[in-house]
Amino acid sequence: MEETKPQLLRVTIDGIQVEVEPGTTILQAARKIGPEVAPPAMCYYQPLKGSGGKCRACLVRVAAGSEKDPRPMPKLVASCLTPVQDGMVVENTTNPQVIDARNGVVEFLLLNHPLDCPVCDQAGECDLQNFAFDHGKATTRYEEDRRTFEKNDLGPYIQLHMTRCILCYRCVYTADQITNKRVHGVLNRGDASEISTYIEKAIDNDFSGNVIDVCPVGALTDKTYRFKNRVWFTKPVDAHRDCPTCSGKVTLWYRGDEVIRVTARKNEWSEVTEFICNTCRFETKKTSDWTIEGPTKVSRASVISANKYRADAIKPSFGQRLAAAEYKPIHDERDTTQLSIQQLPPERFAKLPSAES
Amino acid sequence: MATKILTEHINVPGIETFDVYRKQGGYTAVEKALKTMTPEAVVEEVKKAGVRGRGGAGFPMGMKWSFLAKPEGVPRYLVCNADESEPGTFKDHYLMKNIPHLLIEGMIISSFALGANKSFIYVRGELMYVIHILEKAIAEAKAKGFLGKNILGSGYDLELVVQPGGGAYICGEETALLESLEGKRGNPRNKPPFPAVKGLYQCPTVVNNVESIATTAWIVNNGGDAYAGIGIGRSTGTKLISASGHINKPGVYEIELGVPVEDFIYADEWCGGIRPGHKFKALVAGGSSVPILPANLALTLANGEKRLMSYESLSDGGFATGTMLGSGGFIVFDETSCIVRNTWNFSRFYHHESCGQCSPCREGTGWMEKVLHRIEHGHGHQHDIDLLVDVAKKIEGNTICPLGDAAAWPVASAIRHFRDEFMWHITNPQEATQPGAVYRGDLALV
Repeated sequence: MEETKPQLLRVTIDGIQVEVEPGTTILQAARKIGPEVAPPAMCYYQPLKGSGGKCRACLVRVAAGSEKDPRPMPKLVASCLTPVQDGMVVENTTNPQVIDARNGVVEFLLLNHPLDCPVCDQAGECDLQNFAFDHGKATTRYEEDRRTFEKNDLGPYIQLHMTRCILCYRCVYTADQITNKRVHGVLNRGDASEISTYIEKAIDNDFSGNVIDVCPVGALTDKTYRFKNRVWFTKPVDAHRDCPTCSGKVTLWYRGDEVIRVTARKNEWSEVTEFICNTCRFETKKTSDWTIEGPTKVSRASVISANKYRADAIKPSFGQRLAAAEYKPIHDERDTTQLSIQQLPPERFAKLPSAES
Repeated sequence: MATKILTEHINVPGIETFDVYRKQGGYTAVEKALKTMTPEAVVEEVKKAGVRGRGGAGFPMGMKWSFLAKPEGVPRYLVCNADESEPGTFKDHYLMKNIPHLLIEGMIISSFALGANKSFIYVRGELMYVIHILEKAIAEAKAKGFLGKNILGSGYDLELVVQPGGGAYICGEETALLESLEGKRGNPRNKPPFPAVKGLYQCPTVVNNVESIATTAWIVNNGGDAYAGIGIGRSTGTKLISASGHINKPGVYEIELGVPVEDFIYADEWCGGIRPGHKFKALVAGGSSVPILPANLALTLANGEKRLMSYESLSDGGFATGTMLGSGGFIVFDETSCIVRNTWNFSRFYHHESCGQCSPCREGTGWMEKVLHRIEHGHGHQHDIDLLVDVAKKIEGNTICPLGDAAAWPVASAIRHFRDEFMWHITNPQEATQPGAVYRGDLALV
């Protein structure tokens, strides 16, 4: 008996066609094509169920809904949650409206962000930094005071900087889905919303450290690594050990011979696929505890590898793509015979050096 | 005398009790529906009536009902949205307080039509005394056999639950309401899935406004075609309008849709005109979230015809020259009111009520409020006006729920129509910050 394969759906994203399985979201389809067309995601986290839709960074325009109903969708949609349909045409970086909305989202996210990257441990591996580098402006139009919060102690391992938080809710989903009890959540409303445990309770759980890895910004950082080093001066190495509670597959971050930080391994979308326990993360910091597998693959474009942001390496074809989408042939209806260039004798051109020579 | 569907008996003494309501012909629709009609027939009548959602969005109620998924073995729910919190809107409060049995009758009919055996009325937390009135009315209806098991021997069971909200405006958004009803934080959900597929407790759910549900009693009694005969065009039936502001007779009025705006403001039957000695400056036609209109555009369309109180006529001209009927919060401003101050006030409300889930609304509403505060208090810059327009544009349409749009529209429209007044505040800060100072420049007062 032949196995029935699910009908693959054809989607076109920025002019590139891809075939995906039913139920795939636009974002996942775009990721399948590659990082050049993948919309940025500040809150969506593929391993966490229910995440996404909050930051609005991944907004895209659906120029044609499907083969059957080719009408465009009236509003920009969050690509992380919108499932694809057969024959869908999506405009991501090729649509000025999308770019404009994304510029707006960066501006909104940075509005109350302290911009303390020089002293922030997340700098260099920060999603917001990357997003702002791609879509932000160097100046601000915001003249008012930035929102600040009272310091909140979450226990011996996790440092919370609420002012840096962009309220992606990833840490909330992580605590719900990875740990056995969630003690922190979002309190208050609107721009006063804050991540907190109720009445400053410490987060005490074997897997609580994972909230540090999922945090897209420097709101949740590792207290055992605080101010130890800049991430681009450290060397990441893949390693594993026999851990009774978790998979034990980690990345060790070396400074010289010293392991200064242990994190879970992240894929190219900086998503953790195998969460690790607190013992591995915070208490196992000797090389002798680990079996080294080899250097972690770091993208050439990453700040960790290049020590700086490389505009050319991150989105090589972005400019051309936008220009191509915007290009319209000029309809010049003037009588070309009247133009002076036509009247020049042909030998004048012959004197010019030809392209071959 | 105009047709009254909801408020016909509202002034009868003791109408809040079951006996008086029954004597006025109450609960006959329940009897008719449960004894002689099938649920599908009720849905069909409501579809024929063409009632458009009275909560603000104006989505046809019958169509919403027909979207309800009906999988086997899964309960369906009806939720009545009584979380009326829009500034300028107070019609549901008026209806529930005075004639609670009308809502309960509507709930029984609607629940029967949708096949829901447990229905909820989510009432705004501030209206605790209304909750007591509703609970008393439900107890009375239950005692008379109109609620509970086997209603009127038809074999249909219905339990009605009144749930007080926590007092958040955002919980008037249907998915935030469902979250709140489930006991969670009132954050709107991402759509799709729509509540008709996955709503309360992940079961198919219909969320309707108090006024929409209350109309079903009349529709069952008189037929959908009779209801569709009232009103104008696709705006069928009657609408409760909460009139407030600088008018002689503020209050809740039931009008047939299609009454000219001019008549509604100036006729003695309704608002009774602008207060003596003053002139009409601006109108917010459907609650604080709809675009504000200057007097001339409020009374006439761009093509010179009279503007009518209907969904189509009020939105004629798009946002350039039109507005929306919204929830019917009709706020009239005379020339003593400052549009900048008013816009700031609305903006402050949306800043306070934003749930903080998605970034454009969380950060943008606060930003707009701060800039407007600055302009109002004499510290504005000329580029602030364009900044506000740009921020409003970047919020609009990019958020999870319509609160972002609702916050952006009043600001964008106020600047669109009253730009000079904003400019006057910026260029004459000394004068503009005097107590009671109002722009007296070139305005189209009526």
